[in-house]
Amino acid sequence: MAYALHFSLTILACWVTAQVLARSTWPWQSPRVAIVCWQAVGLALGLSAMGLPIALGVSAYDLPPGSGLVALFDDLLHNRLPAGVNALHLSWVGIGFGIGAVLLTTTVRSTHAALRAQRRHRDLLALVARDDPAVPGALVLDHPSAAAYCLPGVKPRVVVSAGTLSLLDPAELDAVLTHERAHAQERHDLVLLPFTALGRALPWLRWVRQAHERVALLVEMRADDKARELHAEAPLAGALRRFATAGHRITPAGALGLGDRDLDVRVQRLLVVDEPRRLIVVTALAVASTLVMLPISLFLS
Amino acid sequence: MTRLGDLERAVMDVLWDSVPSTSDGVTVREVADALAGRELAYTTVMTVLDRLAGKGMVQRQREGRAWRYRAAASREAHIAQLMLDALDLGGSRDAALVRFARSVTGTEAEVLRAALSAEATGVSPVEHATGGAGRAGALADRVEAPTSTRADRPTSADEPADR
Repeated sequence: MAYALHFSLTILACWVTAQVLARSTWPWQSPRVAIVCWQAVGLALGLSAMGLPIALGVSAYDLPPGSGLVALFDDLLHNRLPAGVNALHLSWVGIGFGIGAVLLTTTVRSTHAALRAQRRHRDLLALVARDDPAVPGALVLDHPSAAAYCLPGVKPRVVVSAGTLSLLDPAELDAVLTHERAHAQERHDLVLLPFTALGRALPWLRWVRQAHERVALLVEMRADDKARELHAEAPLAGALRRFATAGHRITPAGALGLGDRDLDVRVQRLLVVDEPRRLIVVTALAVASTLVMLPISLFLS
Repeated sequence: MTRLGDLERAVMDVLWDSVPSTSDGVTVREVADALAGRELAYTTVMTVLDRLAGKGMVQRQREGRAWRYRAAASREAHIAQLMLDALDLGGSRDAALVRFARSVTGTEAEVLRAALSAEATGVSPVEHATGGAGRAGALADRVEAPTSTRADRPTSADEPADR
């Protein structure tokens, strides 16, 4: 029972950490550290969600979950179950493995769907996008709406629309291209993938969706940082502002609400130069590694 | 040696730019003629059209012993589809695109969606009906005599070949 409590406390710790991460503003100064923290929360949560029912299932052995599982399988193989283990216990273990299987298959399915959609997108781009001397290395889509994005993959593509070309001046355009290339280089699509998959597996959980949105914003901030290393803050902030004011905001409510607020946050962040505080960074990384180690140590013991 | 992707694009440009939407398509020979500047073998053009049909970019319809090809959707519809993906309006986040920022007005979104739905209603089920017989059809096309002098053949056929 003590081990099940241990897993429950880890889940609680994950929840608290997620709340703190979602509410504080330090992640905006060090987006990379914050992304690592979110990944740690996700991993620890997944492992604990598997571990809690398994720990309940093998509680009769009075061993840590890892060794308990080994003992249970050994007994099952030799067809000799101890008195304390009944069908209820076995179904707990089944639920634990079931949760693991669901998490794994949704991740695989999500990856598969992404690869297929990306291939389709790439095929279409090859047929209708064009090169433009104004944006070397990027593809241009002839459409008046403003869009700039990165199609991830082994051979990533940075794409801008003709609307973006006319919206931004050359310096701003350069900053946006550097931003997109940062997404491609650091494979931010892979950072987001598990959160997308988790959102699919648990679509009714509001805070899973929130975690996805938070990480998506942090990834943008990270790319903003890469862009401002190479260019100054001004062109990037300018580009963001132009994007923010390009539309007339008559879109149906809800669809783009968050996008708009995130744009403001990103612009504000570029204007106020605030060094990341070392103490917070160290603490955050310590919390992240502790969170991950809690369930892993139980499985390995 | 031209890359296959370039060829596909050149062939699609022919289908988009030199085939009137009212026509019921062009033959492999007509596409090859339009691409005369590239000095492509007839079979190469056929292979490219075959691949494009496999990807669903091209529809084909049997006419006598030959196949007539036409673009499955307009260039504008494809661009609209890409933009819907790019602006996260497509309803699917599968492609996992990472966007710089989203900025789109309600009317823009409507125009993009309208471009797609107009295309969808105009699509005939030809591709599905003939898809399985593709290989046999391609062979029939090969033995077809290159004497297709149709009256409605576009005169500007060789224009987009050198894109």
